[in-house]
Formats: sequence, C-alpha cells, structure tokens
Amino acid sequence: MKQSTKPRTVIEKIWDQHIVAEQPGAPPLLYIDLHLVHEVTSPQAFDGLRRRGLKVRRPEQTIGTADHSVPTTPRSLPIVDKVAAAQIAQLEANCREFGIACFGLHSPDQGIVHIIGPEQGLTQPGMTMVCGDSHTSTLGAFGALAFGIGTSQVEHVLATQCLLQSKSKTYQVRVDGALKPGVTAKDIILSLIARIGIGGGTGCVFEYCGSAIRGLSMEERLTVCNMSIEGGARAGLVAPDDTTYQYIAGRPHAPKGQAWDAALARWRMLPTDEGAVYDKCITIDAAALQPMITFGTNPGMGIPITAPVPDPTSVVDPLERDTLARALHYMDLVPGKPLLGHKVNVVFIGSCTNSRISDLRNAARLLKGRKVHPGVRVMVVPGSNHIREQAQAEGLDQIFRDAGAEWREAGCSMCIAMNGDQLQPGEYSVSTSNRNFEGRQGKGGRTFLASPLTAAAAAITGTVSDVRELMR
Amino acid sequence: MIRFTAFESKLVPLAIDNIDTDQIIPARFLKTISKDGLGDQLFYDWRYDAEGKPKPDFILNTPEAKAAKILLAGDNFGCGSSREHAPWALTQYGFRAVISTSFADIFRQNSLKNALLPIVVPRDVHVELFAHPGATVKVDLASQTMTLSGGRAVQFPVDSFAKHCLLEGIDELGYILQQEPAIAAFEASHPAAVNTLG
Repeated sequence: MKQSTKPRTVIEKIWDQHIVAEQPGAPPLLYIDLHLVHEVTSPQAFDGLRRRGLKVRRPEQTIGTADHSVPTTPRSLPIVDKVAAAQIAQLEANCREFGIACFGLHSPDQGIVHIIGPEQGLTQPGMTMVCGDSHTSTLGAFGALAFGIGTSQVEHVLATQCLLQSKSKTYQVRVDGALKPGVTAKDIILSLIARIGIGGGTGCVFEYCGSAIRGLSMEERLTVCNMSIEGGARAGLVAPDDTTYQYIAGRPHAPKGQAWDAALARWRMLPTDEGAVYDKCITIDAAALQPMITFGTNPGMGIPITAPVPDPTSVVDPLERDTLARALHYMDLVPGKPLLGHKVNVVFIGSCTNSRISDLRNAARLLKGRKVHPGVRVMVVPGSNHIREQAQAEGLDQIFRDAGAEWREAGCSMCIAMNGDQLQPGEYSVSTSNRNFEGRQGKGGRTFLASPLTAAAAAITGTVSDVRELMR
Repeated sequence: MIRFTAFESKLVPLAIDNIDTDQIIPARFLKTISKDGLGDQLFYDWRYDAEGKPKPDFILNTPEAKAAKILLAGDNFGCGSSREHAPWALTQYGFRAVISTSFADIFRQNSLKNALLPIVVPRDVHVELFAHPGATVKVDLASQTMTLSGGRAVQFPVDSFAKHCLLEGIDELGYILQQEPAIAAFEASHPAAVNTLG
C-alpha cells in the first residue's frame, strides 16, 4: 500500500489502496474487490476459463444476476425467445460450475446488475468494483471506484481478481445550490453531459461534489453516477458521507458490530483532502437548472425542456454539423422548434438509471388520480424484484395500473431492447433510461431521455411536457 | 494470439462523429454465447434494409470495403456500451485498424485485446484522410507510423505494453497469471470487504 503525504482526491486514495504491482513497461495491476457478472458479457469469458483450465480465483467476491435478456412478462410464463433463454440458462450453469452465487431468473433477489449490489449492501465505500457493463459507474455513488470492462477483462478478473489498468485523470464536477421543484438528479447529469459532450470525460474519473450533490439521497447519487459513462468518463463517484453510511447500515452484506465500526473509521478517511488537485474541473449551478430532455441520438444532445431544438446551420465544424443534421433527420425533428408538445407513443420508466423505489414514487405521485393519455403505452419496470415488492407494499403498482400503465417484472427491459420490450420503427418514447442512440430502444425507434417526473408528465399529456406545469 | 504485423490497406470512411457500439453491433445480436458470426452483423441497421437485404449505397457493402482493413471514422469512436462484441464484429468483418481523432476508453481497451489497432490522429491528418477517402495507407505498429499515400509519415501514440503484446502475440491474461505471488501477498494484507457466498 502506497503512503503519501500529498493531498489526494478520493479517486487517488482508492486507486493507491488497490495497486498489487507496478512493473516497468506494464500498466499497474489493480485489485478488484467485487466483480458483478451478467448473462450478456460473461459466457465467452467463462469459455475462456474452461479452455485454459482455470478456476474463478475469488468466487466469494463475485456475484451473478440475469437482467439484460430477461423478459419482463410474468415469471410464470416461459421465455419465448429461445436464444435469450439459452443465454440466461448458460449464466446460471456457469455460476454453478464455478461456484458463484447467482440471482437467476427465479431468485427473489434478481434484478438489474447495478441495482442488486447496493440492495444487498455489497457495494461499499473505498472498494474497486467492475462488471462487463459500462453502467457499472453507477456504483461510484458509494464512494467506490466502479467501472465497466469488456469480456476479455471479465475473464482476467474471474481468473486473477486483477486488471491491468492505466490510471485515469481526475475530473471534479462541482454542483452547488438548491434544485428547483421539478428538477431532479437526472437533470443534473443530463445538463453536465449536454455541456461537456459525450466525449468530454474520456480518460477521466468524475468526482461529483458540492452542496447539491451532498443534498442528494443515495438513490439520486446512483442516478448521477450511472450516466458518468455517457459523459465519456469510465467512472464517477461521490465521496462517502453519513447519507452513504446510513444507506448501507443493516443491509444483508453490510459489516456488523465491531466490523461496522472499523469499516466506518476506514470510510471516513476516504473523502478528498483539502488542497487536492484535479486534472479538470467544472462547476454547475443547481439553482439555474431546468428539467432536461434529449432531442438527438446521443445523450449529449440535451436541452432544457423549454428550449428549441438546435439548428445544424449554426454549427461551424462540418463533421459536427453533419452529425447533428443526421441526428435530427433520424429523429424527424425540425430545428429551431421546441420539443414541448411533440407527440409521444411510449413512456418507459425503468433502467439502472431510474428504476429505484424513489423513482417509482416520483412517477406515482404525478400519476396518482390521473389517467395515461389514450394511445400512449406506459411501461413501468422496477429495477429489481425487491423494488417491485416494495412498490407493491406501498400500493404504487395499483396507482400505475389505475392510471393505465403496465406494471412489469424486473429487468433492463426497453433500455436495451433485447428482451422483447421495444419501440416499433418510427415511434417516439420518453424514457428514463440512459441512451438515446439510433435504434437503442428498437430498430427505427426514437428516444427522448428525461427524468421519471418528465416521463410521467408525458404519460399524462401524450406529448413532451414541462412537468412543472402539472405540479402546480 | 497472432503477432500484429505491418500492413497496408485502403480506407473505409464513415464520416460520422460519436459512432456508438449500438451502431457497431446492435444489442439484439448480443444474445449469442459465442464470439462467432458477428462480422455479418457489423453496423447491421445501417447496412441492411427492413427485409435484411444489403443496402448497396452503404459503404460496408461495397467490394472495396470488403477488401479493406482500415476504418476511418469521426471523433469519439466506440462510445457507449462496454460490449466486446464491437471489436469482435469489426475484426471478423476484416478490419485491423480504426482511425479517429479519439476513442471511447472501454472500446479502445477492448480493441487492443483483439488485435484491432485504434489509431489516434491529429485533426489536420483526420481532415486530410477524409479528403482522400480512396487512398491507401500503410500502418506499422513497431515504429508507430502511418504512411499516407503521398508519402507523408504520421506518428501515432499507443500504450507501450499493449504494443508489446500485439507485436509479440502475447496474451495479457498469461502475464497477469504470472503475478500470482504479488496477488497472493496483496490479498494477505487486504481482507475481502464482502463475501457473496456468506
């Protein structure tokens, strides 16, 4: 373990605590505390282990769940898609063979891979965590270094619990001030990405700080960190504080008794030292933020809900201009016109970004006593089986059903559209998920990314709407 | 792994910024449990029409592209998902290098593990390459040099360890496995924070 007297950021502290070896000519070897595995990016890695005759080095630091390919229809029904069924079965078989705990399709603990760790108390401050999934950045909300990896690296971690990894730059994202009503954590992260662009954080790890971030709940911090990758940063984190510790306390895998006290003492050492220097910095005024929505085909193409769609003719760089024009063509939108009032076919409330209980409560608060606009399909997909049960205990499912929304089983659903939940060509969605790439929610489908509040507003009006109008 | 040798090829230009991995290989093709057959699905939704027939005007469907080994793309290539299916699909189609002004972090790492060379060039070179889309370019990883058809040589950066692995055909996992004593020593002084089996 390296000791240093130089003021360090929380990012550097976690990094230094996990360096196994540094050899000349090779990147540092980084130790991984927790490896999360899902059905899509792991089968080829397990095959690799079998081919080489290797075991999983630390099954007790590995956890599996099925989420991407999982249909969100009732679990009693068979999986119609045989290829998906085979992939889910393969995950369960691989976990059995290699001695890994797995929240399979029928487990009461099943859920989206970035949701189950926090629920179980497996994700704790100061840890390094990886998963073959770019939204692993979500888990940085705990003051941990959490990032997505490819399948080759999944195999590396399964076999060695380590990764060869070059150090990232540090990028401070300071958000100060108080959010106005109707403006949420999702709007903070969508505004950041709109400002820096989807490549703005490439090569960096974000540290979110400032009074607005401190004021967020753990679930809201998870939403912010989730979309770090959409700003190009492989990871994004929030230094731990009492909000973090209170969230973890009492969860199944949280330290208990003396171990809790020891952990807490360790965690309290993690926040960034006074005077630590970042490679890059940006400041956002929370009070100036409006509800955000994306209009284009990447998450950086976002605007305040009342703003007009940008005009490509005002862009100087030719490639950038063509890219914007291409996006507007795909979305079939008119430059210079606001999105407000634009027709919506589907509303999706779910995904690792916004499918936690507080997201569902926000949507339900708006939908309570109201009806979904005729002709709009509204899908509400809880992030895990536990969230689903909690929502049902609170009667949220009944609010959604009464309003005319679909209340579905847990999974990635229409965020990734490889499980039967998808848009038809030409359809528009307002979606609480994280990506609006061409065809992301179904071939030819068009996605407007927004918060659960803005999504619920669209469900009621059938158009892109300013939720603040409905909150009056 | 096979050693990465010098080669020359025509460029296949895709003048679009921020080409994401959902375009490179749409998510619905990720239900496979193998690495095979992804080359035909590369850029599927740009490459095929609603009936699944190749669109003749899309560049990857031309005979020139099929014979080429270098993709020339806009800024921030490979952003989005961590799916390694993206470099698998690109290499199975026949690409050995992608040229851009920048690459998304995870895609760049995944590519280097699959003998797909991400070549970062300065803006002026990028503009020049797009101005001569049919040109032939020579790529030599050992000298980290790309030679344009006019004879201009351009240096490109590459991580020294990844370069060593590519040139020697070394697999990274083999190298990490050799670090076993260091890993065991680290684990002895770094108790596991959680036990998923407990």
